[in-house]
Amino acid sequence: MTVVSMDAGIELVTAPPASRGNGLARFARPLLGLLVPVVLAVGWELAVRAGLSNGRLVPPPSRIYAQFDELARSGELLRHVILRVAAGFGVGTGLGTVLGAISGYSTLVRRLIDPSLQGLRAVPSIAWIPLFILWLGIFETSKVALIAAGVFFPVYLGVMGAVMSVDRKIVEVGRVFRLSGVQMVWRILFPAVLPAYVIALRAGLGLGWMFVIAAEFMGASEGLGYLLIDGQQLGKPAEIVAAIVAFALLGKTTDWLIVGVTAPFLRWEDRFARAGDA
Amino acid sequence: MLTLENVGKTYPNGVRALDGVSLAVGPGEIIAIVGASGCGKSTLLRAASGLDAPSHGRVLVDGDLVTVPHEKIGIIFQEPRLLPWLSVADNVGFGLAEETRAERASRVAGALRRVGLSDKANVWPRELSGGQAQRVAIARALVPRPEVLLLDEPFSALDAFTRIDLQDHLLDLWTDLRPTLVMVTHDVDEAIVLADRILVMGPRPGHIFEEVKADLPRPRDRQSAAFDAIKRRVLSALDGSLKRERKVDADASPGEGAAMWW
Repeated sequence: MTVVSMDAGIELVTAPPASRGNGLARFARPLLGLLVPVVLAVGWELAVRAGLSNGRLVPPPSRIYAQFDELARSGELLRHVILRVAAGFGVGTGLGTVLGAISGYSTLVRRLIDPSLQGLRAVPSIAWIPLFILWLGIFETSKVALIAAGVFFPVYLGVMGAVMSVDRKIVEVGRVFRLSGVQMVWRILFPAVLPAYVIALRAGLGLGWMFVIAAEFMGASEGLGYLLIDGQQLGKPAEIVAAIVAFALLGKTTDWLIVGVTAPFLRWEDRFARAGDA
Repeated sequence: MLTLENVGKTYPNGVRALDGVSLAVGPGEIIAIVGASGCGKSTLLRAASGLDAPSHGRVLVDGDLVTVPHEKIGIIFQEPRLLPWLSVADNVGFGLAEETRAERASRVAGALRRVGLSDKANVWPRELSGGQAQRVAIARALVPRPEVLLLDEPFSALDAFTRIDLQDHLLDLWTDLRPTLVMVTHDVDEAIVLADRILVMGPRPGHIFEEVKADLPRPRDRQSAAFDAIKRRVLSALDGSLKRERKVDADASPGEGAAMWW
């Protein structure tokens, strides 16, 4: 009797600190990733303020921040970049998903189109720029097309590979329960390829951000790529670094969005590292 | 009523896996199929399930020709083959997509209760042990109320204790629902514990070599003399099926059989 109540007492005392520790750890884990950049930034700011460097070629955070302020006031720059990547990502993902799914599913289609696509994939996408400008003009269309081309290949490859590697044994379960073609796709194939699809989308999005620079190098008068060129030509490193930081933030945020949106659908995965530990 | 008429299977590479198998299984009957590996047991079961159409002969269930999976036939594989993205309850209800939500929920709950896993309804398949996962697979196969349940070495991946536990469990389910059971196994004890008739298959091409009746009252005592007597008959039939194969091999031109099978 006494032993039982003692046990209960101990549990009551120890439980709250344990859960508080958990909550703190949960909050602190993402912050851990900020430690390195923050320490570097603060250190550099202090070094410039102390006169150890004039910070002309490597601008201190305060100057970059001022540049951001200017960026935000004009507003246009980010909007252009985001719209371009969104359009290119949409087109590239759409085409990559459809063609990847079809050539993963059908051996005949794969034999027909895959060798050509693999050939085209080997072409560095920058090499398309002159052709896209000739075909589609110097304005938005050619830029979106270039980004779409960059996004297309990782998505195509990822989807095709994922569809081809769906476990035959799982497909047989669908057959035993007499699923129609549409049901088979929706209830078996789609959930089975989803984890690989998310990875393909993330790879595609990464390339999308990479190619928007290339796209904006080709004679853009707005956008982050334009800012990079402008900063170089006018000798304004703060502008360049601000653009780079903006890319880092945009890339990380959109990647995190994909992961966050899809995470609830992937909780079933039996894997080595759980989401959020990444 | 499951009927196989002169069923044969020749694979596209010319291998004859099955030849002239005829079999009639009555309602509620339990058949076990044993034989050396590579003798066409699984091929026979897959033909009966409609997953792989036979190249000769026909499979009928209650007079319906079976060429693709049939609603009256359920199948349980060696692996549980649960869909990892569905909860245990959704896996069990997988074959009930056309029922109303309430009907589905009550039948799933009933099936889970029957296999003793009500408390696991909302967990992911990855959280189950091997034996639990196979019980979920049994529940999933039983929930559409098939008349015939085909089992392809369903317990062979489990440890000995779990296997005996699940054999008893399967018998309990059978007592309640009385489906026809056709089970492929390489465990002779399992065959004798469960089956009314044990079909011993021989290889090259797969055929039914001998039928052994196991007409002991259930539940069967694995230690009894009658059990042992049946076991001896099955084992000697198995031996016979292989001796016949050896003789055939000796008669065949050198190398031919080997090239076909390896």
